[in-house]
Amino acid sequence: MEQKSVSDRVWSFFSSVKLAIVIFSLIGLTSIVGTIIEQQAPREKNIQVLTKLVGQDLAPGAYNVLDSLGFMDMYRSWWFLALLMLFGLNLLVCSTDRFPAIWRQVTTPLKPLPRETFNSLGIRSEAVIKGGQEAAKERARKALKAIGFKAQEEADAHGGYQLFAQKAPWSRLGIYISHFSILIILIGAVIGIFFGFKAFVNIPEGVGYSIVFQNRGVSTEAESNERNRLVNMLDMAKGDLNYLAQNLGVPLSQLKTDLRKYGIIPLDFTVKCEDFDVEFYGRSDMPKAYKSLLTVYEGGKPVTSKWIEVNSPLKYKGVTFYQSSYGLLDDLSSGEAVFDIKTPAGASETRRVKPGESFTIPGSNATATFVDFSPALKADEMGRPVTYANLMNNPAVGLEIKSPGGQVSGRWILEREPASWVLEDGTILELKDFWGAQYTGLQARKDPGVRVVYLGCLTLAIGLFVAFFMSHKKLWVRLQPDKGGTRVQVAATASKNKFSFERQIEKLTALLKEENK
Amino acid sequence: MQSSVFFGLSTVAYILAMIAYITYIAFKNRAVGMAATGITVAGFASQTIAILIRWSEFYQLSGMGIIRSVPLTNLYESLVFFVWCLILGYLVIEFKYKNRSFGAFVTPVAGLALAFIDLSGMSKDIQPLVPALQSNWLLVHVMMSFIAYSTFAIAFSTALMYLIANSEKQEKKITFWGVVIAFALLFGLTTLYPQTAIMWILSFALVVVVDIKLNVDISKRVFPKKESQPVNILKNIGTILALSLVSIAAILIFIQLVKFQLVKAEEAAKIKHLGESVSAAGFKGAVMGIVGLMFFIGLVSLKYLILNREYHLFWTLILGISVALLSAMGIDYVAKFLGDTAPNEGMTLKSTFRSSSPVIVLASYTAFLWLIYLVWRYGNALKKIISSFNLSSDFIDELTYRAISIGFPIFTLGGLIFGAIWADQAWGVYWSWDPKETWSLITWLFYAFYLHARLLKGWRGPRVSVVAVLAFTVVIFTYLGVNLLLSGLHAYGSLE
Repeated sequence: MEQKSVSDRVWSFFSSVKLAIVIFSLIGLTSIVGTIIEQQAPREKNIQVLTKLVGQDLAPGAYNVLDSLGFMDMYRSWWFLALLMLFGLNLLVCSTDRFPAIWRQVTTPLKPLPRETFNSLGIRSEAVIKGGQEAAKERARKALKAIGFKAQEEADAHGGYQLFAQKAPWSRLGIYISHFSILIILIGAVIGIFFGFKAFVNIPEGVGYSIVFQNRGVSTEAESNERNRLVNMLDMAKGDLNYLAQNLGVPLSQLKTDLRKYGIIPLDFTVKCEDFDVEFYGRSDMPKAYKSLLTVYEGGKPVTSKWIEVNSPLKYKGVTFYQSSYGLLDDLSSGEAVFDIKTPAGASETRRVKPGESFTIPGSNATATFVDFSPALKADEMGRPVTYANLMNNPAVGLEIKSPGGQVSGRWILEREPASWVLEDGTILELKDFWGAQYTGLQARKDPGVRVVYLGCLTLAIGLFVAFFMSHKKLWVRLQPDKGGTRVQVAATASKNKFSFERQIEKLTALLKEENK
Repeated sequence: MQSSVFFGLSTVAYILAMIAYITYIAFKNRAVGMAATGITVAGFASQTIAILIRWSEFYQLSGMGIIRSVPLTNLYESLVFFVWCLILGYLVIEFKYKNRSFGAFVTPVAGLALAFIDLSGMSKDIQPLVPALQSNWLLVHVMMSFIAYSTFAIAFSTALMYLIANSEKQEKKITFWGVVIAFALLFGLTTLYPQTAIMWILSFALVVVVDIKLNVDISKRVFPKKESQPVNILKNIGTILALSLVSIAAILIFIQLVKFQLVKAEEAAKIKHLGESVSAAGFKGAVMGIVGLMFFIGLVSLKYLILNREYHLFWTLILGISVALLSAMGIDYVAKFLGDTAPNEGMTLKSTFRSSSPVIVLASYTAFLWLIYLVWRYGNALKKIISSFNLSSDFIDELTYRAISIGFPIFTLGGLIFGAIWADQAWGVYWSWDPKETWSLITWLFYAFYLHARLLKGWRGPRVSVVAVLAFTVVIFTYLGVNLLLSGLHAYGSLE
């Protein structure tokens, strides 16, 4: 046996389909484990999962083993990424290895076939037509044209002629386009990992942030404490980096470097949540849509503004903000109830009232004081008002109304209950919103690799279409004189979908025979 | 709701069509064949009307655009659409190839899916759309995924048909019962003691090691090739992999044994009579041991079934299990109409395998075993029937390939690519290794394996058919298993 050089061995190792299958299986099998174990989940959750699988005694042990092998965040573990890289490398080498042969098939011009090869082709048929060779040739050409082939012609070595034609030789490249597309997608993913980030930020209504928080965990407790300290300070500074830098007495650039170290990414601009709104299905508490009005400020000036929704993000300077969640702030003191007031006389005005504030109801001498607030109010079985959710599903403002006569009465005004807006004298106090009490949860992402991934997806779609729905068809027609007529033999081959090509050839033969009648 | 009337009609039609197609196969009566086609077309028309009615109901209720109101937003609607695509695909094949024989293989799948809808007690209400689903991508992504699933279902049917028509019963009775009993025990014990699943990994590693140690080169059996092919490197990798798996397992066991001992020591201190704790631990150990042994036997059998080309046993088991599940659901269905269970209650297999009466459960399992045995023993009869269709084996094989070669690009584009684009718009990540995404990728890898085995390695016939059959079980898991068993971002497809 001949000795193979090391590089040859390495090459043949990477170009083997077996390696591809081993990698396929390994990616598949380990992925299965990853779908059973919840990724990046708290320890208790996965201990629970493992208890179901291996029992209570073994679960903590199994957890530790799997954890140290990286299965708790396996899709980002070094060995899984290595598997994907290996997959890419295998694909590249495999394709390069087989490419020259295929390229030859695509580019080599078609030639007449020698007799043995002609007779060995899979699809063959025969017909004898009356008339001389020239007439038969014309008829064959016409029949070929009818099934969509334009034939070349050459004299046959054994006398007579051969007509031959092919269609879509380049369709053989479809597989390569598909394979290279997968490589492009992998490259795009790598670009995303190295030059992009995935982060989130919760912004209260009326507040602007110029930082986002990365989803990654911090390794040590000291680091996590430091990160929490920074987050608290940032929250107090309402995300204003200049203000924080001044307060801490460090230069802004120094602060930015420090923040990055703890997974906090400073942005070149400020994103302000002007307003946040949830729409519900009818009177249910099922959200139909939730949206935030975001404004981007650069150098203190508004640059762009957009209502974002779940399927409609805002993109600015390569960073995309997605609507992902929402919630109620712990501290509601900076919120403002927004009332649309209509007096029986027909005048109307809008008034914003903070908790604790009083205002005079227009058209009367009564004063109302904002004394209570509930994000979601309903009446219980006894008819008493209760708060039933910690989200602003049906905000209600408790007012204490003091009439000019000095009588004091309390009442709830509910955003979703028009009946509760009408006062005794007919004045309508419509509660439009309780602004400044909710925060919008945004995903922020920067991924310069996405365009590359999309490009890969596009070429993959094209490649698969070519590979599966087009085939390289070749056919040869041999014409030889035979007992006063001409014997016409057809041989054909297709790279795919032989059955339909066979039927096409049947049609061709039928056309040839037809004119005999 | 008017749509439910039409859905009911189509369900009845498909069940009747199934009976008609089977009768047609048995008696070759042209009139019966025409009737079968007629019933299927009528069922299909009625189902189309039902889907359109539901679409317009949803459109009026949601007040969203017509594209966004497509009724494909929960498990119920998606199953209905899956059946619709499947029947459409079948009718296309029937008219294109002028052959009715496949009907008997496709209509049961449709029947199975519809019976599952009725029996699982899944919600059939029109539900408002959560914000994430309000996108025009919903239509393309979900629709294309299901079109692909139905082509895969067709490929499953033809692959199974190929296996039936092209395998010889060569196993001895004892092999059959050995495999069946091993599987039955495995199934029973894992249901009773799920914690024994770890033995699965262990015994699989063992199988691989035994194989390599005894020099039964798996790679050579799976890919018989020319002598000159260098297999050493792969073999070495295989050995290393297998050994590392075993070592991991051994370490795991060692750690656990130590822990187990510690726990036991603590408990033993509490228990006065030492004997009690020892016998408890001993019993547990014995059970684990037996289960491990059973897994080992099961895996070895499965491996040799496929490697030794015992395809007869393979398709017998697959067909037997499908027919048994179908009949069990049929019995549930009858029981439901006789009215001994409240409607809309999860009652799949409640009248047979999961009955509250142990006698019925025992009888069901016995009947199940007998059914598999009968299919195995008299499978050749089925083979004769299929040979009487005058379909060449190559043609059936080609049909499997063509179904997959249509489904695979559609699945790649609609399921994976469009899914990624939508995820990118809605969640801000085009790929997040969510269980549904991961299982879609696994499905994709399976079919990619099929295509590469066929186009590159030149596999034909039984071997690729086995791959097509197994790949469809992965599709079923991607579709149903993930939603019912695992959590994740695609959670809206659950039963509720």
